[in-house]
Amino acid sequence: MWTCPLPLRNYPTIVMGHGSGGKMMADLIQHLFAPLFANDLLGQMGDSTVIGGWRMADGRSSAISNQQSAIGDLRLAFTTDSFVVSPLVFPGGDIGELAVNGTVNDLAMSGARPLFLSAGFILEEGLPMEALGQIATSVANACREAGVQLVAGDTKVVNKGHGDGLYINTSGLGLIPPGVEIAPNRAQPGDAVIVSGTMGDHGMAIMSVREGLEFETVIESDTAPLSCLVEAMVAVGEHGDSPLHCLRDATRGGLAAVLNELATASKLGIEFSERDVPVRPEVHAACEMLGLDPFYVANEGKLVAIVPEAQAEAVLAAMRSHRFGKDAARIGNVVADHSGLVIARTGIGGSRVVDLPAGELLPRIC
Amino acid sequence: MKYIDEYRDETLTRNLLDEIRRTVTRPWKIMEVCGGQTHSILKNGLDQLLPAEVELVHGPGCPVCVTPLELIDKAIALASRPDVIFVSYGDMLRVPGSEKDLFGVRAAGGNVRVVYSPLDSLKIARENSDKTVVFFGIGFETTAPANAMAVVQAKNQGIQNFAMLVSHVTVPPAISALLESPDVRVDGFLAAGHVCTVMGYWEYEPLVEKYNVPVVVTGFEPVDIARGVLMCVKQLEAGRAEVENAYARSVRREGNEPAQAVINQVFEPCDRPWRGIGVIPMSGHRFRPAYAEYDAELRFPEVQTIATKESSLCLSGQVLQGILKPNQCPAFGKECTPQSPLGATMVSSEGACAAYYRYHRYAELQIPKDQTPKPLAPEPELSVV
Amino acid sequence: MCLGIPGKVTELYTANGMKMGRVDFGGVVKEACLEYLPDIRVGDYTIVHVGFGISQLDEDEARQTLALLREMDMLAGELPELAEAP
Repeated sequence: MWTCPLPLRNYPTIVMGHGSGGKMMADLIQHLFAPLFANDLLGQMGDSTVIGGWRMADGRSSAISNQQSAIGDLRLAFTTDSFVVSPLVFPGGDIGELAVNGTVNDLAMSGARPLFLSAGFILEEGLPMEALGQIATSVANACREAGVQLVAGDTKVVNKGHGDGLYINTSGLGLIPPGVEIAPNRAQPGDAVIVSGTMGDHGMAIMSVREGLEFETVIESDTAPLSCLVEAMVAVGEHGDSPLHCLRDATRGGLAAVLNELATASKLGIEFSERDVPVRPEVHAACEMLGLDPFYVANEGKLVAIVPEAQAEAVLAAMRSHRFGKDAARIGNVVADHSGLVIARTGIGGSRVVDLPAGELLPRIC
Repeated sequence: MKYIDEYRDETLTRNLLDEIRRTVTRPWKIMEVCGGQTHSILKNGLDQLLPAEVELVHGPGCPVCVTPLELIDKAIALASRPDVIFVSYGDMLRVPGSEKDLFGVRAAGGNVRVVYSPLDSLKIARENSDKTVVFFGIGFETTAPANAMAVVQAKNQGIQNFAMLVSHVTVPPAISALLESPDVRVDGFLAAGHVCTVMGYWEYEPLVEKYNVPVVVTGFEPVDIARGVLMCVKQLEAGRAEVENAYARSVRREGNEPAQAVINQVFEPCDRPWRGIGVIPMSGHRFRPAYAEYDAELRFPEVQTIATKESSLCLSGQVLQGILKPNQCPAFGKECTPQSPLGATMVSSEGACAAYYRYHRYAELQIPKDQTPKPLAPEPELSVV
Repeated sequence: MCLGIPGKVTELYTANGMKMGRVDFGGVVKEACLEYLPDIRVGDYTIVHVGFGISQLDEDEARQTLALLREMDMLAGELPELAEAP
């Protein structure tokens, strides 16, 4: 019989905060899902799971690792992601583009070259055919742009009122080239922390069209496939050895969530300078207006990289010459102190803890 | 952003801090009344840059924190009704009631919506004539004119399916109560810049005279706050007690009179309980009889009988009066965290406890171990997929 | 307690008998009720709280205070920036 683990007992039902990429979701995964599904592969807890070179519990080689020896050093990356954005079409993109890029990026964050995608469409009764056509076209275009093939699919329809028009789930497979070793726990003290561009664009683009909060702005979603950018970053390494220790795409929970996850996984501290984090002036302004912190706002085409100090400048240069990394900036360092804590140097020279977001991001009046 | 970026300037802030350092000769306890100021102080790390003699204590100026549990429970009861669309500022959704919060109501099928402005709730009322739209009217004097205007507009436009659950509180009676309390020892106050924008600062003049304590009207950016602290320290060191205005680009002595007029048109003062503190005489608003039809508690009289009591573990009342620092509460970081808050001060991002939890743990780690009760170890946790 | 953000009034109009306006917050534009600011005109700065202008910013006062604070900077003496200045 299943009994509710302690940290979850405050909530007899699921609330929105359980899906917002913050502490509540981490608790849900840690205390409900992870113990039930536990295995070594899931235990990687990366954006995508790296399969290959593993052994069965009794020490025998598994079928996959045998097969893997046949294809040399290549390893598989596997991931899945569901997309439930409202509205379906927003400034700078739509749910279809997001569904492809999100999964492509999760694969890229393991250093994999994304190859194959599946897509499950859950359609709400009453969804205009034209809207579906537009979104499916976006899916197709985004696949082309990212260089992946959609090779399996599923369609379901739910009763009116049981879905927000359309939900999409995508899963993806990719191959990780030899020499690439990227994992959330590989950060080392002294490593440089780099972001690939401006923070908070996607989340603020969505907010700008959300009912009750609407505002006029030029902010657009940054949704983009980052696999080419990652390839360019990996190529900086000599003799095929990637210089990248950790990669994360800064989606829900934004920069703050990613830095906290990396600090926790590596059991190290992270320090960064607020001033060095690129934020578009309009995103900064919208955040001021709604009382939000841009470091907690979602991105859909931005990554955070942790790289050895010696290669930081070369990686930055490679990123800046790529169209999805032209605003890349070095924001801070991994430190041996304050394990698991992320500290920001503030604009006036003070410091503060940048914590995991607590739950759903809400505008505040005070 | 003009009128924000200039006031976050590092050099100007540092110069003001240097001047404070040159001026101060002995310890002073200064209360920033407003939670927005608390938020800004901790978010910028300003408290760590002040000389050791100047201690900032956090005041009760957070409407989310001082809204009584009873009112949260009333809000939850109203929001749970199938014939109600409950509309609130985002701040109130995570505040725990006795059994759940407004998010929990939404999860159970309640229609709870977040708006930016109270006028948006009238739009929702017009579009949903089969439901009653109940707006959660929280706030201090800054927010009261906006909430009052929504009521005036409802009346003018003949919108009948609109009501407001009023939880307005006012600052000067709270400051009087703090000054009357034998437990509270505060040498000077930074008054809340936006409350004074609406109400002016003439109300503080009799207080300053009676209690001989300096009050400096202060803004919200680091330069503003550092300047407010400097002006307050200068008064204290010189043995003066006056009302001074360090936020003159927005605040005039008489305040915004058209806004005050509309508050007075719709609301009248009444006694009001503050969460964790107790009843403060004439520190709240209730509807005037001419607008009573918009009072959600009269529209749905069954909520009037809701009465609830607080967690005995939560010492937020003492925190809000500056008697305790958040981390001096035995429950801080243990039974009480932003994820499972016991009191509202741990919920609101400007609540002193949540702000401490978020921004102050690092500072605690910096203090030598023999001086601090126990630095918080970061919780072990799994990363999020 | 009260988030108030300064913005520039770019347009004024009347809706439901109220003085309304569009306010530009550094590239983000939002409608605000300006009924409490009878003297405000297009081009003026206001502080907006929950969609209501609560104050017309005194721009002269702001300029003077900032100048004063910057002067304090000069008077503070041996600042490295000063030493490097031409």
